[in-house]
Amino acid sequence: MTAPLATGTEQAITAIGLTKSYGDKLVLDGIDLRIPEGTVFALLGPNGAGKTTTVQILSTLVAADSGQAWVAGHDLTRDSDAVRAAIGVTGQFSAVDNLLTAEENLLLMADLHHLPRREGRRRAAGLLRRFDLTEAAAKPAATCSGGMRRKLDLAMTLVGEPRVIFLDEPTTGLDPRSRRTMWEIIRGLVDDEGVTVFLTTQYLEEADRLADRIAVLDRGRLVAEGTADELKRRVPGGHIRLRFADPGGLESAAALFGPVTRQDTEALTLSVPSDGGVTTLRAVLDVLEYASVEAAELTVHTPDLDDVFLTLTERPGHSAQPGHAPGGPKENAR
Amino acid sequence: MSTAAYAMRDSMTMLRRNLKHARRYPSMTVSVVAMPILMLLLFVYVFGGALGPGIGVAGASGDRGAYIGYVAPGIFLMAATSGAVATAVSVCTDMTEGIINRFRTMAISRGSVLTGHVVGSVIQTMISLALVIGVAVAVGFRPDATPVEWLAALGILALIAFALTWLSAAMGLVAKTVESASNAPMPLTFLPFLGSAIVTPESMPDGLRWFAEYQPFTPVNETLRGLLTGTEIGDNALIALAWGAGLSLVGYLWARSAFARGARP
Repeated sequence: MTAPLATGTEQAITAIGLTKSYGDKLVLDGIDLRIPEGTVFALLGPNGAGKTTTVQILSTLVAADSGQAWVAGHDLTRDSDAVRAAIGVTGQFSAVDNLLTAEENLLLMADLHHLPRREGRRRAAGLLRRFDLTEAAAKPAATCSGGMRRKLDLAMTLVGEPRVIFLDEPTTGLDPRSRRTMWEIIRGLVDDEGVTVFLTTQYLEEADRLADRIAVLDRGRLVAEGTADELKRRVPGGHIRLRFADPGGLESAAALFGPVTRQDTEALTLSVPSDGGVTTLRAVLDVLEYASVEAAELTVHTPDLDDVFLTLTERPGHSAQPGHAPGGPKENAR
Repeated sequence: MSTAAYAMRDSMTMLRRNLKHARRYPSMTVSVVAMPILMLLLFVYVFGGALGPGIGVAGASGDRGAYIGYVAPGIFLMAATSGAVATAVSVCTDMTEGIINRFRTMAISRGSVLTGHVVGSVIQTMISLALVIGVAVAVGFRPDATPVEWLAALGILALIAFALTWLSAAMGLVAKTVESASNAPMPLTFLPFLGSAIVTPESMPDGLRWFAEYQPFTPVNETLRGLLTGTEIGDNALIALAWGAGLSLVGYLWARSAFARGARP
C-alpha cells in the first residue's frame, strides 16, 4: 500500500492520450488525466460526452484504441490484474446480484477477494451496519429500494478495500435524501481512509460539493480542468441585470453604460458586467439615479458551475449528438 | 495460492452462486424435468402401442413394456439435452445483469463465471435425469444393466450434458436477447428425434436415414441402449465419446472467446 496524502504528489491515476471509437463514432479523442492520491476527481459532462467510456477504460472493462494509463501504480494494459486488485467499481447500472440477499451479495464479494470466511463475515457485517442496510440484509436485492441498492452496490465495491474507486454517476436517479447520504459516504471514504475517488456526474452541484478537482468532458475531449473556483473564474458569467418598464428606459440606460452591456429588447433587460461586489452594485444604481432612469427590477448574477458547464459545452448549431464522424475538419483542429 | 487454485476457488464461488439461484427460482428446473417426463408418458402410453410393433422390438410385438425398453434411453438423452439448452437462457439473462461487469473489473479467474454456470447446469441436469429415470422405472422400464453399466451410462449422459451445456452457454453469450437465446439451441432438442431415439433409422427415407446414422445423438443413443438393455453397441461407444469430447472442446473454446470479447458497451 502506498502512503495516501503523504506527499500529495503520488498519482492514483495517470492517463495520456486515451482514445476510443465505436465503429466510426469517436467517443474519446485524446484524454489526459493526472489524479493525485486521496482526492476526489469529478468528470463532468452532458450525456454521451464519453464519461462512462472513460470509466470503462480505466477500470479495465474495455480497452482503449490508443494511449496509455496507470492506475494505482500499475500499467492498465500490461498489468491489468494488479489494477483490478486495487480498484473498486460502481457502475451506472446496478451491479448487484438481484437474486441474492444484500448479505449474500457482500459475502460473494468477500469470497471473490479470497478473504478467509471469518474476515468476510466481519467485513460484510461492518458494511451492512455502516451503510444502514441491516434491515435489508436478508432481503433479495431485487426487492430493495433504489437508494438501498445503490448503497449496497457501493458497499460491495468496498469489500475488497480498494485504493481507487470509480463511481459512474453514483447518484443518478436517487431522491434528494439518498443523494445526500451518498455524498456523505463518498466524502467520508476520502477523508477517513484516504482512498482516491474518480466519479462521473452530470450534476454540477455534485461535482461542486464532492470534488477536489473537476474536469469538463465534452464530445470526447477535456475542455477544462481545475477546482470548482478556478472553473468559475474562467467564465465571465457575473452581471447585474436590469429590467425596464418600457423600451425608452432601456435605451437611455444602454446609452449610460456604453458598449459593455448586452441588451434584450424583447424582455426589456440590460446586462451590466459585474464582479458581484457591493461597490459595483452601488455604482450602477448611482449612475441610474443621476440620470433619473428608473429600473423596474434588478437581479445580481454570480457565475456558477452551470455557467461554466453551459459555456464550455456550448453546441454550435443544434447538434446534441455525442461524438462525430472522424476525419472532419474540426476533428484535426486540436 | 497458485493461479490454478484461485481459478478453482473462484469457480466454486460462482458455482455456489448459480446453485443458489436455481434453488431459489426453480421454475426453469421444473420445466426442464417436466418436458422429458411428459415425452416419456406420451411415447409409452399414446404412441407406444402403435410404434412398438413398427420398429420390431425384440420380444413381444405390440407390447408397451418392450417399447419402453427401446424408447427410455432416448428419453434420458432428451432429458440431458433439454437440461443443457436451458443454460443458454440462464447465461444470457445473467450477462444482462450489471454484476457481470463488476466481475470483469475484479481480479478473479476469467473463466470462473462460465465454469460456475456450466458445472451448475450439469449438476441440475443430472438431478433431473435421476427423476426421469425414476419415472421410467415406475412406468415399467426394466433395464438389465449391471452397476458398472449404469455408471457408464450416466457417465456418457454427463459427458453429453457437459458438451451441450458449453455449446449452449456460448449460444447464450452471443445471443442479443434472452428470447433469441432460448430459440438458438432449439435444434439440439430436436436432434434425438432425427436419430434412433424414438424409432430405428432403418424405417426412415434414404436422406434422413443417412443423417440419422451419422449425427452425434445416434451413437450416444445406441451406446446408452446397449449399456442399459443389452443391445449391440459395437463401435458406437467410441464414436459417442469422441463426439462428447469434440463438442465439449468446441463449446468451451467458443464460449470462452465470446466471453472474452468483452463488456457490452
